[in-house]
Amino acid sequence: MAEPMIQVRDLSKDFLLPHLRQTTLKGKVLNVFRKSRTMEVQQALRDISFNVERGEFLGVVGRNGSGKSTLLKILAGIYVPTRGSVAVGGKLVPFIELGVGFNPELTGRENVYLNGALLGFSKGEVEAMYDDIVAFAELEESMDQKLKNYSSGMQVRIAFSVATRAKADVLLIDEVLAVGDAAFQRKCFEHFRALKKKGTTIVFVTHDMSAVREFCDRAILIEECSILAQGSADDIATKYTELFNPQPVATPPAQGKRGGSGAIRYIGVAVPAQLAAEGSLTLELDAVAEQDVDEPTYGFVIKSSSGAPVLGTNSLLKRQPTGSLRKGERVRIAWSVPNVFSDGLHHVDLTITDRQGLAVYDHWEEAASFTVVKEEKTPYIVTPDTSLVIG
Amino acid sequence: MTELLARIRLRYRYPIILLRAMVITDFKLRYQASLLGYLWTVLRPLALFSILFIVFVKFLRLGKDIPYFPVYLLLGIVIWGFFYEATSQGLLSLVTRADLLRKISFPRYVVVLSIGASVLISFGLNLLVILLFMALLRVPVRLDILLLPLLFLELIALSIALAFFLSALYVRFRDLNYIWEVGMQAAFYAVPIIYPLTLVPARYARLLILNPLAQIIQDARYVMVTDQTETISQLYSTPWVRVIPVGITIVLAVASVVYFRRQSRSFAEEA
Repeated sequence: MAEPMIQVRDLSKDFLLPHLRQTTLKGKVLNVFRKSRTMEVQQALRDISFNVERGEFLGVVGRNGSGKSTLLKILAGIYVPTRGSVAVGGKLVPFIELGVGFNPELTGRENVYLNGALLGFSKGEVEAMYDDIVAFAELEESMDQKLKNYSSGMQVRIAFSVATRAKADVLLIDEVLAVGDAAFQRKCFEHFRALKKKGTTIVFVTHDMSAVREFCDRAILIEECSILAQGSADDIATKYTELFNPQPVATPPAQGKRGGSGAIRYIGVAVPAQLAAEGSLTLELDAVAEQDVDEPTYGFVIKSSSGAPVLGTNSLLKRQPTGSLRKGERVRIAWSVPNVFSDGLHHVDLTITDRQGLAVYDHWEEAASFTVVKEEKTPYIVTPDTSLVIG
Repeated sequence: MTELLARIRLRYRYPIILLRAMVITDFKLRYQASLLGYLWTVLRPLALFSILFIVFVKFLRLGKDIPYFPVYLLLGIVIWGFFYEATSQGLLSLVTRADLLRKISFPRYVVVLSIGASVLISFGLNLLVILLFMALLRVPVRLDILLLPLLFLELIALSIALAFFLSALYVRFRDLNYIWEVGMQAAFYAVPIIYPLTLVPARYARLLILNPLAQIIQDARYVMVTDQTETISQLYSTPWVRVIPVGITIVLAVASVVYFRRQSRSFAEEA
């Protein structure tokens, strides 16, 4: 096996805490007279080691603030490591975000040339590929308008269109898929597929676990400045999801807002963290009555990650009798919902009300969350199993 | 040899492409939505010149004994203008482009050089205006004018060196732009721009002229406008004193480059 394309050894990065640093001359002068000069160090990365082989597609996942983007910036040569070493073989694309250096006061055309220059293309080279760039972005009509008059979607399209031209052995990508509409995202995916086929080495920072599963050969999970796990994309994606949904256990994680009289309340919520396309969603709930209650109504609402309600129902609508509960008595409620959900994160709201739905016993927002993984990614609120016959 | 040239071209290909793009962008943006546009490059020093001319030449009767004093004054103002713009815009350059520094890995010196190049273009346009004035006033041209490129080289080296130093320092100390602004106002009077050096007592004049900027302005006036002006050669009997302002410029340039290179590793974090 040839030399790894990227070798990272015992990499650590510290930042000086900005509010304690003296950034004015006055502060500096005053500080000279103080006896102890305090320098607080914030660690961003700690002892990171990994390799990326030639042609490998590596996913880097982790929560916000875990140090992923810092790692990418060190790989790109923007930050200098505090300790440890980074070796990158081959040419690197010098930027990690789309549309860096875009100027809103310039026209779309001028921005293409500017962005092209940042990628290392001379004026002549950009000229030669200009028509292709514009065609790919599907923005033929508006290239002579100022960029500030573009919608953000148009800006991203033009930025991506320029970025796809970059010739490099190693590509570093930070969260590009978080922007743009579904059609644009599809274009991104197609481009990644093509790159992967060509053997480009790619390091990809994202929160989108379905993208990790689909594209990455391997992934690393960063948590609190160090590598928590590295391995196959599937394993890491599962581990990442578990970070947010600690095992489905009987003790409810206190997540969302909760209200209600508490005459009867949920004490256990078991929801699978991951939902594959074939499966169906099961909500297994335990509730305990703190007082005697008669014919309570159990309900739930599933919301998309943006908070839009997707579906929901309750026992009253289903005309299902629920019986009476004595104080201290427990009950198990099990819902089964066909997986019509769209790809991505979803939240579950749970309620228990009286028979008419007037008095609220327990109202628990975002009592649990689950992630749906589907090949088919539609921009719509549900993605039921559809079939298509052509010809 | 050709191989070496090719290597150099490859190495500086990206910086040159970037520099070009930044200078073009800068020029496009600078006078956007202004009626007179690029004309302002020339109009600004001309306006300052008119004011100083009316106040100091017409009312205070300064420079009576210097031939072609208007051109002499304008040349001083234009050289000063270049120095002032290059250093004060250069000072801000890294912090202004912080978004770029934080997101792209590219040679940091390009940012400062792009400011230098923009200002140099304006300087060139202003020199054309001066040549126009010289033609109108029928200023005789002497062979000495061939030394002008050397003087401008010294001016560019001095200004860009300071721009490098100040830009890197400003990343750390954000008071610097105010300090520099005040310093420049004082310097405007410490350099013989509006007054002839003969007005200053000889011992102070001999000190003033050691400032590279004063030396450059006086020498430029000497070679371009009139030999009836005091330069470092007239103020000192020994020609070796010439080495001092040039030496200051060289030391500044080397020190600035060393400091800039050392600091550039952390620009992305601090700018």
